[in-house]
Amino acid sequence: MRETEVLIIGGGPAGLCAAVSALESGASVTILERNRRLGGQLVKQTHMFFGSKEQYASFRGIDIPAILLEKLEKYGDKLRVETDCTALGIYEDGVVTALFGEERYVKYLPKAIVVATGASEKALAFENNDLPGIYGAGAVQTLMNVYGVKPGNKVLMVGAGNIGLIVSYQLMQAGVEVVAVLDAAPKIGGYCVHASKIRRAGVPILVSHTVTRALGDKTLEGAIVCEMDEKFNVIEGTEKRYDCDVMCISVGLTPLTELLGMAGCEMKYVPELSGIVPARNKAYMTSRDGIFVAGDVSGIEEASAAMVEGYLAGLHCAAYAGYKSENFAQKVEDLEGQLAKLRGGPSGAHILRGIQKNVKED
Amino acid sequence: MRIEEHPILTFERGKELTFYLDGEEMKGYEGETIQAAIHANKVKLLGYSSELKRPRGFYCAIGNCSSCMMTVDGVANVKTCTTLLKEGMRVETQKDKGVLR
Ligand SMILES: Cc1cc2nc3c(=O)[nH]c(=O)nc-3n(C[C@H](O)[C@H](O)[C@H](O)COP(=O)(O)OP(=O)(O)OC[C@H]3O[C@@H](n4cnc5c(N)ncnc54)[C@H](O)[C@@H]3O)c2cc1C
Repeated sequence: MRETEVLIIGGGPAGLCAAVSALESGASVTILERNRRLGGQLVKQTHMFFGSKEQYASFRGIDIPAILLEKLEKYGDKLRVETDCTALGIYEDGVVTALFGEERYVKYLPKAIVVATGASEKALAFENNDLPGIYGAGAVQTLMNVYGVKPGNKVLMVGAGNIGLIVSYQLMQAGVEVVAVLDAAPKIGGYCVHASKIRRAGVPILVSHTVTRALGDKTLEGAIVCEMDEKFNVIEGTEKRYDCDVMCISVGLTPLTELLGMAGCEMKYVPELSGIVPARNKAYMTSRDGIFVAGDVSGIEEASAAMVEGYLAGLHCAAYAGYKSENFAQKVEDLEGQLAKLRGGPSGAHILRGIQKNVKED
Repeated sequence: MRIEEHPILTFERGKELTFYLDGEEMKGYEGETIQAAIHANKVKLLGYSSELKRPRGFYCAIGNCSSCMMTVDGVANVKTCTTLLKEGMRVETQKDKGVLR
């Protein structure tokens, strides 16, 4: 049994920031990260981030983990970072089991836990949607930007939200042809800047369109695309065939909450937060005492918000473990102010509606 | 299928490794996953579903979905999207559920 005061599951932006503020408060911290490197989704974001200066806007996502890691360096032995280490379960007695590499199992007994496991990509239902060549857009981003491998030659992008648009642009940067970007909604979901870049490169963005069938025997060879009416029904007679050897599905993410569900935390379906999320209070604690959450696992948003939530959850979690930070109230107020600013726009209003449904007044 | 030129990134590839996919010799690099190496060799088909025997490729590339499982050095159900390539590895397209040895 290994001891640590605060155990953080997931070393993405939320988990790393939770570590910073828990350490600053005086607690000892262990981070478990199943990947071989820290940084979560950031390790493949080659574009400049938007948001505000406090959250590193105009930095490229790939450069942000190093900034956070630098903040962690000075804590020396108070911090343990375990990579290639997957948390497997949180038990009734507070024990957390973890798998190091392929076969070494270890138990932890922390005073408090922050779960910051992020999200997974959604799939889309259509005929033959399981053919090899049909990949999550984030998966293609990993293949290209982490491993330097092209997914194929001709890509059809399904989904025109920010991820779909950004990955389309990154495909072109890698020298891959994007045949079209489509979206079932009548409007482009992502930011205009990203959409314009793609249009300027001559790639059509087809709104009110969907894919109804993938073609191919053992791997993808093409797709049937149809127009949709305002009620999202396919319009007969509008079928068009696109030749492509890769299709990227970019229809959103959903929180990766298995650990919390298994731990018996109260879970809720909140569409504004993109799926089933853990109910929590204002101090980021779930219905189970001592289990805190931050970032995409408690609602899909952005790295900027995930970082601020991480700082907050780290403060509250350390306080729970007996290390209430100096100027606790002031720090919390500051960070909550930053979150409110980030959520000032229309997409923020949507997230706030979700949070209102999910967060308990103490 | 490797990216040779990129406006933002440079790829520092590790040592060249030899591995075998269903007996066929292929090249990959140290530090990359089995699935990335296979993909760089232009192969998308990694296995078949256990019930309906439908062809399978990867989907999430970060260890969530289990769509990329293959038999590696005799061990079935290895997630090839998160397992690193090693010199001389024998990777096989998985056709059924696989058995514990
Ligand atoms: C294409 C794309 C573009 C984006 N662009 C922007 C942008 O411009 N600006 C912006 O602010 N945001 C952007 N985002 C969103 C941002 O990347 C995410 O919101 C953010 O990474 C969420 O942080 P997180 O720490 O909650 O989760 P993640 O970054 O997903 O990190 C979770 C970590 O937990 C680990 N983990 C999961 N389960 C376990 C387990 N059982 N045991 C151990 N470790 C585990 C994972 O391996 C991962 O490292 C973008 C996302 C994508 C995909």
